Amino acid sequence: MSKSEVDAGDSVHPGKPVIVDRYTVAARINHWITAVSLVLLALSGLALFTPALYFLTGLFGGGQLTRIIHPWIGVVLFLSFMGLFFRFFRLNLWERTDSVWMSRMRDVLANEENKLPEVGKYNAGQKMVFWSMSLFILVLITSGVVIWDQYFGNYFTIEQKRIAVLIHSATAIVAICVWIVHVYAAIWVRGTIGAMTRGKVTGGWAWRHHRRWLKDLVTGKN
Amino acid sequence: MFTPVPNPTTNPVAAKFGQQDLIRRSASSVTAPAKRQTEVAKLIDVSKCIGCKACQVACLEWNNLTEEVGVNVGVYDNPHDLTANTWTLMRYTEYENAESGNLEWLIRKDGCMHCEDPGCLKACPAPGAIVQYSNGIVDFDHDKCIGCGYCIKGCPFNIPRISQVDQKAYKCSLCSDRLAVGQGPACAKACPTQAIVFGTKDEMKQWADHRIKDLKSRGFKNAGLYDPPGVGGTHVMYVLQHADKPQIYAGLPNNPSISPLVEVWKGVTKYVGLAAIGAFAAFGFLHHAVAGANRVTAEDEKNAERLTEGQR
Repeated sequence: MSKSEVDAGDSVHPGKPVIVDRYTVAARINHWITAVSLVLLALSGLALFTPALYFLTGLFGGGQLTRIIHPWIGVVLFLSFMGLFFRFFRLNLWERTDSVWMSRMRDVLANEENKLPEVGKYNAGQKMVFWSMSLFILVLITSGVVIWDQYFGNYFTIEQKRIAVLIHSATAIVAICVWIVHVYAAIWVRGTIGAMTRGKVTGGWAWRHHRRWLKDLVTGKN
Repeated sequence: MFTPVPNPTTNPVAAKFGQQDLIRRSASSVTAPAKRQTEVAKLIDVSKCIGCKACQVACLEWNNLTEEVGVNVGVYDNPHDLTANTWTLMRYTEYENAESGNLEWLIRKDGCMHCEDPGCLKACPAPGAIVQYSNGIVDFDHDKCIGCGYCIKGCPFNIPRISQVDQKAYKCSLCSDRLAVGQGPACAKACPTQAIVFGTKDEMKQWADHRIKDLKSRGFKNAGLYDPPGVGGTHVMYVLQHADKPQIYAGLPNNPSISPLVEVWKGVTKYVGLAAIGAFAAFGFLHHAVAGANRVTAEDEKNAERLTEGQR
């Protein structure tokens, strides 16, 4: 018997339509602090990454301020993401059905979810976003500290900083790509954004996309 | 004796070079001037240096810099490293020459080499914060510097230093302000033994040849000019008694070039990275256009209601 897909705070409210609580207020606030930090980091980071986007420093009060602010937002993101990590990691653990789901990416993209295994609270794509972001943010904060010259400049050699700055920028690019996937999926799969704003989804949404989660909720499995 | 740059007139003169003579500008492009100015160079003859530090003092003096009082740890180097205020530093090495059995005191005046292919400039993300004039000077514009320290990563010689006061990067300017009005660099002016001479790059190479011949006649068979091709040559060159092993001169790089890490970071990563971001965004638009939104159907809602009915 598989583990329960129900998180603390998840509950189902029968009616027409059925309403399902998906994220608690704390989880949503935690998510949006992370989200805003990530967007600001991407903007300020890209400004310093390529001269073509240097004008983005204007959003942060100029080059000096961008350079000062960027790492601090990074600290906020790291701490905030740690919160998300410990909230969400249990139900993001990889299962055998997730590999099946991934192998049928064609059906996923064609909106043919009835051909896929029933999904718990998170599908394999969401789990990939979760784990890749966890890894990238760890890499970014680590390499970021190495190139945070104002406070840590004396602790690392120039060669270490060169390696760190290359890793930092390459990882940031991949993280931005993952972020695009994350945002696009939320738009593409209608009814999803409400989960992170009001914390609720409809029963139909849960039935269609996360049926095993809904079933566990209804049967009171936990 | 090399004829030094004469004292200039005391009358005001127009600057000999300026923004119109830029051949490179960090994080931006410039239209190179049709005619390049004569390349200048500073030649530092290590064999003539007596280690008096007059150049260091002249540099502080001219650039209105003050170095903190340091501590003596038993070496002559003072301060112990280049700093945001010390743009040039005498580095002392006691070298035991195995061949001659002599102890040689190698004193190298360290500072910006003014590379023809400047790594600092290539790494700099702030438009115009680092510029290269057609006469070869690589100069920092502190108003535009954002203090990120990328120039430090780009430099193959470990020269720029970030000030702990204003968090901006500093290094030797080759006295661009003095040169602009026809004077030589302050350090060359102050040098009592002509270990530092200044002129056009061609003149300096000729003078170096003359010096190298002299050194060879004195038994320094590996004497030579340090003008490393890995960075396209430099506008500060050394005459070394042992040009075959520059590293004995307080770690002068053997064959310096911009780190491949920096080249990858500033080159392929930038283009591939932006292309990848664009490709992911484009995939999103394309997918939404072709496959359309994934909507919950009335059937789905009914199924959910049926499932939860027992709960009422």
